[in-house]
Amino acid sequence: MTPEELEQIANDEREAQAGIPQKVKVCVAAGCLSCQSQAVKEALDKEVTRRGPVAHCKIKGVGCMGLCAEGPLVSTSDGTLYKRVAASDAVALLDGLEQGPVERLLCPTDVPFFQRQQKIVLENSGVIDPERIEEYIAASGYRALLHALTEMTPVEVIAEIVKSGLRGRGGAGYPTGLKWSTVSKAVGTQKYVICNADEGDPGAFMDRSVLESDPHRVLEGMLVAAYAVGASEGYIYVRAEYPLAIKRLKIAIRQAEKLGLLGSNICGTHFSFRVELRLGAGAFVCGEETALIASIEGKRGTPRPRPPYPAIEGLLGQPTLINNVETFANIPPIVRNGGDWYAAIGTEKSKGTKVFALAGRVQNTGLVEVPMGITLREMVFEIGGGIPEGRQFKAVQTGGPSGGCLPAECLDMPVDYESLARAGSIMGSGGMIVMDESSCMVDVAKYFMDFCMTESCGKCIPCRVGTYQMHRLLDTITKLHATPQDVALLEELCDLVKNTSLCGLGQSAPNPVLSTLRYFADEYKGHIERNRCVAGVCGKGTE
Amino acid sequence: MRPNLVKLAAPSQDKRWKIVDATMRRVGQRSRGLIESLHTVQEAFGYLDETALRYVAVSLRVPLSRAYGVATFYHFFTLKPAGEHTCVICLGTACYIKGAGQLVDTVKRELGIAPGETTSDRKVSVLSARCLGSCGLAPAVVYDNQVAGKVTPEQLRQQIAKWDGHLNDA
Repeated sequence: MTPEELEQIANDEREAQAGIPQKVKVCVAAGCLSCQSQAVKEALDKEVTRRGPVAHCKIKGVGCMGLCAEGPLVSTSDGTLYKRVAASDAVALLDGLEQGPVERLLCPTDVPFFQRQQKIVLENSGVIDPERIEEYIAASGYRALLHALTEMTPVEVIAEIVKSGLRGRGGAGYPTGLKWSTVSKAVGTQKYVICNADEGDPGAFMDRSVLESDPHRVLEGMLVAAYAVGASEGYIYVRAEYPLAIKRLKIAIRQAEKLGLLGSNICGTHFSFRVELRLGAGAFVCGEETALIASIEGKRGTPRPRPPYPAIEGLLGQPTLINNVETFANIPPIVRNGGDWYAAIGTEKSKGTKVFALAGRVQNTGLVEVPMGITLREMVFEIGGGIPEGRQFKAVQTGGPSGGCLPAECLDMPVDYESLARAGSIMGSGGMIVMDESSCMVDVAKYFMDFCMTESCGKCIPCRVGTYQMHRLLDTITKLHATPQDVALLEELCDLVKNTSLCGLGQSAPNPVLSTLRYFADEYKGHIERNRCVAGVCGKGTE
Repeated sequence: MRPNLVKLAAPSQDKRWKIVDATMRRVGQRSRGLIESLHTVQEAFGYLDETALRYVAVSLRVPLSRAYGVATFYHFFTLKPAGEHTCVICLGTACYIKGAGQLVDTVKRELGIAPGETTSDRKVSVLSARCLGSCGLAPAVVYDNQVAGKVTPEQLRQQIAKWDGHLNDA
């Protein structure tokens, strides 16, 4: 494969696409599939076949269009978006191509949910067929790889990533360029690139959506990374709970191998890279990089002390680069458009865009990609469309079990790594759960502590015993039996677990408790002094 | 690569062991392939029993304790066969905020079992998931591999009643 051959495939595909005047795209990512979008697609296919060549129309399965709560979503070539489409609407939709849109199914796209987004990672989601490499290539796919391989040295690639200011999208926000540079300088007989697709945060589904909607983008990101750091083998560690993502990754790998974009001597160069899938088996701690490596080695997923960092001593003791799905998905556009282009988006210290999974008590639940630095208020009230049923906003939870709950007074805070950390939460992988007055913050803290307690691997005592004891204390509070001493003890334990746990799971487990103690102290007080839960969640059936 | 590898006879004539053997061959009969091999066993047989754990452990030359350790460490693996029907309740944050707790209560009330258990007549297994990633559809439940969104306790009750014909309408 040469750049010219790639261009040829892209041109052929574009020509073939241009030959079909009307394209109807049906979302076949997991969100819409669970609302029977497959049946919608089949009904449309059948109707097109019945009408024969006069239909001038092609039905196409595409990835996530974002507004998951209104699925199944269908869009047409002229940009019309339909929501909650049923299989029985097939005839009306196809008639609509000629006679104007079907009013009753229309989903307005001139609203902030769509207008405020800036798509880089999701640029192909909902546009291309994730199971066809040709469509990805026609959308400038694999151009970054060929550009890097033929015109850039590994050092230049890393310099471009450093310039972009990209930071790890898995949660911690470590500068990606710096990580790559460490791995490239490390000495080892064999280097590895691992894609962390073990998206464990409850309430987060960004990575799944990227893998289901645009799997080649992740492969291309990994390939560029492997070239830059000098790796020839890679693994994608993906949750076994994501069967569709696994299926599409397998298809993508096979297609890339067939075109010589994966394998030995890629594009006639000396660069070789092979990728294998490894299925996770449901352990939240495996998102931690040393635990993930242990799991790939076939062991229990328990972390080990760092240093040595995986960049120096990782998989099988060799230098290993581990990045998250979204981080890799950002790489091709950065290489294509240059680091400066990317660095111009976002804030001073948090560059680029971030994909968020907006869920909970908010009107528009779904997947959104926004520039860093947007405020929480814009996220919840403009993009999210506010709180349904006329209820009051209470908190927004970011960062999953490692993050915190932020109250109304934090709404004008910009969403970037530093601001969120200062406020006692974290960016995390991008889950954003909105809560209204029907949620009790003590109960929410207990929910997350229950999660951390169950998911603690048990290797270090502060996390194993500390999360259990904190959960017990929170349970006492939610049963309205607690004393002020219990809260004092809870605070002490938070401090201990945060500072003495071995890995990120334990170190961040107290965050939901600390943030609710900080912003919702009154609710804790109410539970203890007045034996009352304002949300009416706690204490049921105990008195 | 590895001399003296003696091929171990499968525990029974069951054809499904051939699939397991194929996976173990692909991972080069190495201990590294333990998790993948267990995935294959679970896919083929539905769960991991002692026979399977012993067979995989010996074939990959890992102590049985390590195979058991891995099988019990990861939530995805189950050592018990599932019931005729399965009902997975998502307990992710979005589902929890939108009332997944009430769904768990419904199951407890209707079937008398908690997530992770199977009814004594082996008809229904109830499981919980950390997050299905269908947060837009919260609260979500998976009935026999079919995802249902925005589930109410009443819908769940009806589905259970449908499976378990002799439930009273209490």
